[in-house]
Amino acid sequence: MSGPGARAFPVNWWMRAGWIALAVYVVYAASRLEFTWARFVVGLGNGARFLERMFPPAIAQPDSLATGLLESLQIALLASFLGIVIALPVGLLASRNLMPVWATWPARVAIALCRSFHPVIVAILFVKAVGFGAMAGILALMVASVGFIGKLFAEAIEEISLKQVEAVRATGASFANVITYGVLPQVFTRFIGFATYQLDSNLRNSTMVGIVGAGGIGGTLFSAFQRFDYDFVAAILLSIIAMIMVGEVLAGWVRGVFLEKGKVDAE
Amino acid sequence: MSAPAPALELRGLVMEYTRGNPVLRGIDLSVGTEGLTAIIGPSGTGKSTLIRCINRLVDPTAGQILFEGKDLARLGGEALRHARRRIGMVFQEYNLVERLSVMENVLSGRLGYVSPWKAWMRRYPQADVDRAFELLDIVGLAAFPNQRADSLSGGQRQRVGIARAVMQQPQLLLADEPTSSLDPKTSVEIMELMRELGRSQGIPVIVNMHDVELARRFADRIVGMSGGRIVFDGPPSALTDEHLKQIYGGEGWLH
Amino acid sequence: MPSSGTGAMAAREPAAARAWRRFTPAQRLARFTVYLVLVAALVWSARTVEIIPEFLYDAPEQMRDLLQRMWPIDFRHYPEGVHDALVDTLHIASLGTILAVLMALPVGVLAARNVVPFAPVNYLAKLVLVSSRSVNSLVWALLFVAVFGPGAIAGTLAIAFRSIGFVGKLLGEALEESNSGTIEALKATGAPWLSVLAKGYWPQVQPAFWSIVLFRWDINVRESAVLGLVGAGGIGMALDTALNLFQWNRVATVLFAIFSVVVVAEIVVTQVRKRIL
Repeated sequence: MSGPGARAFPVNWWMRAGWIALAVYVVYAASRLEFTWARFVVGLGNGARFLERMFPPAIAQPDSLATGLLESLQIALLASFLGIVIALPVGLLASRNLMPVWATWPARVAIALCRSFHPVIVAILFVKAVGFGAMAGILALMVASVGFIGKLFAEAIEEISLKQVEAVRATGASFANVITYGVLPQVFTRFIGFATYQLDSNLRNSTMVGIVGAGGIGGTLFSAFQRFDYDFVAAILLSIIAMIMVGEVLAGWVRGVFLEKGKVDAE
Repeated sequence: MSAPAPALELRGLVMEYTRGNPVLRGIDLSVGTEGLTAIIGPSGTGKSTLIRCINRLVDPTAGQILFEGKDLARLGGEALRHARRRIGMVFQEYNLVERLSVMENVLSGRLGYVSPWKAWMRRYPQADVDRAFELLDIVGLAAFPNQRADSLSGGQRQRVGIARAVMQQPQLLLADEPTSSLDPKTSVEIMELMRELGRSQGIPVIVNMHDVELARRFADRIVGMSGGRIVFDGPPSALTDEHLKQIYGGEGWLH
Repeated sequence: MPSSGTGAMAAREPAAARAWRRFTPAQRLARFTVYLVLVAALVWSARTVEIIPEFLYDAPEQMRDLLQRMWPIDFRHYPEGVHDALVDTLHIASLGTILAVLMALPVGVLAARNVVPFAPVNYLAKLVLVSSRSVNSLVWALLFVAVFGPGAIAGTLAIAFRSIGFVGKLLGEALEESNSGTIEALKATGAPWLSVLAKGYWPQVQPAFWSIVLFRWDINVRESAVLGLVGAGGIGMALDTALNLFQWNRVATVLFAIFSVVVVAEIVVTQVRKRIL
């Protein structure tokens, strides 16, 4: 049994093996990617020079900055709006507890496709299709929104209590009313949560689709980089951060207005 | 022959959570070096606040807490930690680390004595490990050292809590409603355990409780509180129904 | 004595029409304001955003043209052009996630109000986390390419720096939700702060922690795939080359490869979640 000198803890071999495997992987992968200490040190030197050139931040082209930011905002708003409008019916069609298979299957495939590709890739394709500019950005982020909101909306619907739906149906309500009174109240909280999350996410993404020509401040940023205008780059980055922080605060207010509690369980 | 110095002395302890609304209205209490003292009284009368003031889980507004030659109310930082090592505490909700094993929970009583690095690597001194096994024997959990705390029953968890507190080799054992979440039979077992350990370790035990019968049965001394003051202090045999009415019943303005 | 019927009636006041209000007036005003602002913003956006209608009408035609050029997928291109880059992408995602976790742990701890109860420190930590999240990984990649030159170092650091905000924020929230009673008990034993962290907080947040790391790794696999577009290594560079040369079949190959890797990563993550969490 346990006399003096007994071990307090059984040895967990799996955990030890796990940590060792992790350490081995890190060394292996770093060497595959050609991380050498020399390159890193040189990079640090570059980094210092870089930071010097970035500060103080200077707004070299205020018009360009302003239009870029505004365009990003517009892209985010419109993409979110269109995305939500499309995602709601599609998500509803995709919910397996309410809809038959011939509806859920295509809807789920559509949603999965929308989520498969990074918004930047989708933006590149749309640039090819509709040309450079905000339209491509809006469409690309709309697709991303449909994917995200559609999936979460379908999941939320699949998790509702069917008893409430049954009760409303038993009153003889029409299908639309069953949805309105039986389904929507249960999913509304989560919907507000992920809708505001997606708006925030679109705001972030809209700042970078411009790098591939899909409009917004990303374009301004990219050309500043190419001109080695690093103090302008710093200014642009700071304004992006500021815009997103304001966006987060506003999203928090919206959640506060529509929900009982402030915090919501978003992905 | 002078009486031995008390283990703990409270002088004029006052605690206000909000200004002008004191929960403790000047407590004077002297606890000897042995025996089980039960504090009884209705909810909201400050029993829990009193116990928590002793080891400064709650900061008193005024007064002194004299323990081992220091005023605990004045201590902070490392000195406070050192003082807390010498006081063991048992909680109503057990307050174990649920995901860790019984042994880890008992050994966490030594965290005040072991460096963070050693604690993280689970390198406790062998003497501590041996003592932990002994304590598990005493509380009747010898078969469970590697079981996760959240797989135990309430009574078993409280035993782990007691073992953890005694593991500190404290000079004083506090218990904040230790049996309020347990069934009657288990409550009796837990009280027996605490009384026994208090005697064998030679340390005083102060227990907060709302079950008067349990208090009568196990306490050597009963302190009754009402409205933030002590209104009774004596052996269980001296506790009459009149006193109980004074403690629990009646309007606040009567006192 | 005549029974006064009016007695019973007088007990009831004349019933004023009691309307059922779902929200208080203040709430109604707030909701209305939000709707108004949203609609106004949308209308303004729709009117001022630059859309050239001809391009919009042309779009379906263009898309069809694009898809035709991408078919058939040039699988022969895969071994020499794509495979190594794909593996590099996985390494970038993994190393970047590991690095991010190392950096996010202290920041996340500092941001948790219950662990570190100093408001200025909490604010500073949260500021770091917000900034990390607000800068897109592609933009981080641009920065690091400018500093470290093109290649996987830039990509890994970009992934790492972007992920700090995500991991740190969720970790901080998990810490703030841990059971305060357990922590109180450990403090009562006189344990130093670090020990309370290691033995009190860490066991409680451990499951959430691994879940967060797994989640972020999954996202990072997607993110790493496109960083090459700005020169930060991985399969994005193969994509960039093919796009610049208008080799649409190869573009299709790369896209297919990315898609497959993302699907595999999702499956791996789901399986790991089932077993370990």
